[in-house]
Amino acid sequence: MYVSVKGGEAAIDNAHRLLADRRRGDRSVPALTLDQIAEQLVLGVDRVMSEGSLYDRRLAALAIKQARGDLIEAIFLVRAYRTTLPRFGFAEPVDTGAMLVERRISACYKDLPGGQLLGPTFDYTHRLLDEALDGDPEVEPGETREGATEPVSRIADILGGEGLIEEEISGNDEPDDINQTPLEFPLSRAMRLQSLARGDEGFLLALGYSTQRGYARSHPFAGEIRIGEVEVEVFMPELGFAVPVGRVQLTECQMVNQFKGSAKVPPQFTRGYGLVFGQSERKAMAMALCDRALRAGELGEDIVAPAQDQEFVISHCDNVQATGFVEHLKLPHHVDFQAELGLVRTMRTQFEQAESAMENKEAAE
Amino acid sequence: MTARTQASSYNFAYLDEQTKRMIRRAILKAIAIPGYQVPFASREMPMPYGWGTGGVQVTAAILGPDDVLKVIDQGADDTTNAVSIRKFFERVADVETTTRTVDATIIQTRHRIPETPLREGQVLVYQVPIPEPLRFLEPRETETRKMHALEEYGLMHVKLYEDIARNGHIATTYAYPVKVEGRYVMDPSPTPKFDNPKMHMSEALQLFGAGREKRIYALPPHTEVVSLDFEDHPFEVQRFDKPCALCGGGQVYLDEVVLDDRGGRMFVCSDTDHCESRRAEGLRGELLGEVAQ
Repeated sequence: MYVSVKGGEAAIDNAHRLLADRRRGDRSVPALTLDQIAEQLVLGVDRVMSEGSLYDRRLAALAIKQARGDLIEAIFLVRAYRTTLPRFGFAEPVDTGAMLVERRISACYKDLPGGQLLGPTFDYTHRLLDEALDGDPEVEPGETREGATEPVSRIADILGGEGLIEEEISGNDEPDDINQTPLEFPLSRAMRLQSLARGDEGFLLALGYSTQRGYARSHPFAGEIRIGEVEVEVFMPELGFAVPVGRVQLTECQMVNQFKGSAKVPPQFTRGYGLVFGQSERKAMAMALCDRALRAGELGEDIVAPAQDQEFVISHCDNVQATGFVEHLKLPHHVDFQAELGLVRTMRTQFEQAESAMENKEAAE
Repeated sequence: MTARTQASSYNFAYLDEQTKRMIRRAILKAIAIPGYQVPFASREMPMPYGWGTGGVQVTAAILGPDDVLKVIDQGADDTTNAVSIRKFFERVADVETTTRTVDATIIQTRHRIPETPLREGQVLVYQVPIPEPLRFLEPRETETRKMHALEEYGLMHVKLYEDIARNGHIATTYAYPVKVEGRYVMDPSPTPKFDNPKMHMSEALQLFGAGREKRIYALPPHTEVVSLDFEDHPFEVQRFDKPCALCGGGQVYLDEVVLDDRGGRMFVCSDTDHCESRRAEGLRGELLGEVAQ
């Protein structure tokens, strides 16, 4: 006997209880603290801050804990929280030239003003599992340099001094804001960069990779990658000047790409730009490759590859949107499926009727 | 921070007043241009995209403390996502909720229009996944907006014609495109085409919210809504051979329920409120022993 599908409410409550239970896991294992996550899983925290578009280590750590380590779910939690925060203004452009650099490398020069600073990188580690980390071995503190050092000039300034790289002129107008304005294509570069900055690392990585494999080749050089803290300032109309509101850690990538010239402009390198919260080099580099590819139209290049297609890239790079829509297929669709069932049955009946009519005709002949 | 995450510290109906104002402006524009998709700065919501964020934002923007809210999914009040959205508004807006279509002032829906005709003063809010009816013919937004602007809908007719040429039928059974007031071709959201005629000249205001795609569109009361068709292949709605097995209701959309693995099937009302109201009136379908009147 059919029992009407009731009890959705109780089912949801029970599922949430079970989820909370599974999230906590074995109660004899101590619960994770937010400090442990923020201190020891810091790159995960950085990714959640960056794609969650909210610079708050504690909330990112909380989201990771609540999401059981599912970073996209954590990003979603952070986004759903940030959307409720009032927008009180916009910051002055941060000066990455004045960054307190913890890591800075350039692939374009052997050495350059400010030097090559490796910083805390996986780059030259051998990827061998370290069984010692099963415990808590003593770790020596890192070597740091004290005192004033020479300024760490940005690659764009070094090349720009000779006019070898295109100049980028910043406007003083209020910047576009993807939170306030619905996306309307074609997008300004500012809007594209904002979307890419919160775009999914994996998606941008794959697209950036595709440009290296011939789908919109742009001959990139990692002009510079720098990681460190910068001061964020907000202009206060009451005071008439900008005041610092805090510091954020950023990763900036300047890609130097194949040159361009015209009858009026002598040949010069072009740029792709990546900027993300925290330490996130892979994302910053992928973003810079995608930014450069998306400038195809502006630079007079043929649009032939997915990475150059802004509607394709920007409409699909947000993992909160993507995961929501892919996973919504789990919701009931039986009303529409019923409609399809009905049509397929009608068509099958007609098919059978046509077939038997054909057979009868053949038999008659 | 701890205080902030508690529901009590969120604004009435979750969204801040500035955002609500922005959404209301988009809604007003949508009402002024029936069937036209108005872009709006859609917000992240605490439920995933594709799970009704557009509808939830529209509802949050129009909901007042005196409203009575009904939420359905697949026609039913007790499907999981309907339960979840109803609970959300109970929590963040503390409004009265109901399962009775006649008692509701706002009905948020996914995939169905209630069987009971809506009346003046009611608002039906649709959750829309893909607002662009031309999307599967032309993936580019820049192109489709141009096509709407120029009223260039030939491609849609060609698609429907090709269906007939290939299958002998228009093979679109849900999200069946409609033309609004002789101007815009509009996606009715993935409701079965059975529900299309209910949109036509409805006394209620119909609002459509697409969160991920950032679009709102609307049908003001008494708007002409015509399903696209051809003279020799007129638009037809689905018909069911049997009435509802529980309430005996005919002329309604039915869910097929699989009873066993030997081909046993029964058909019951997809609109649970309609079915329950009929049974409360004493009407019975064959499964409940009495024959419908």
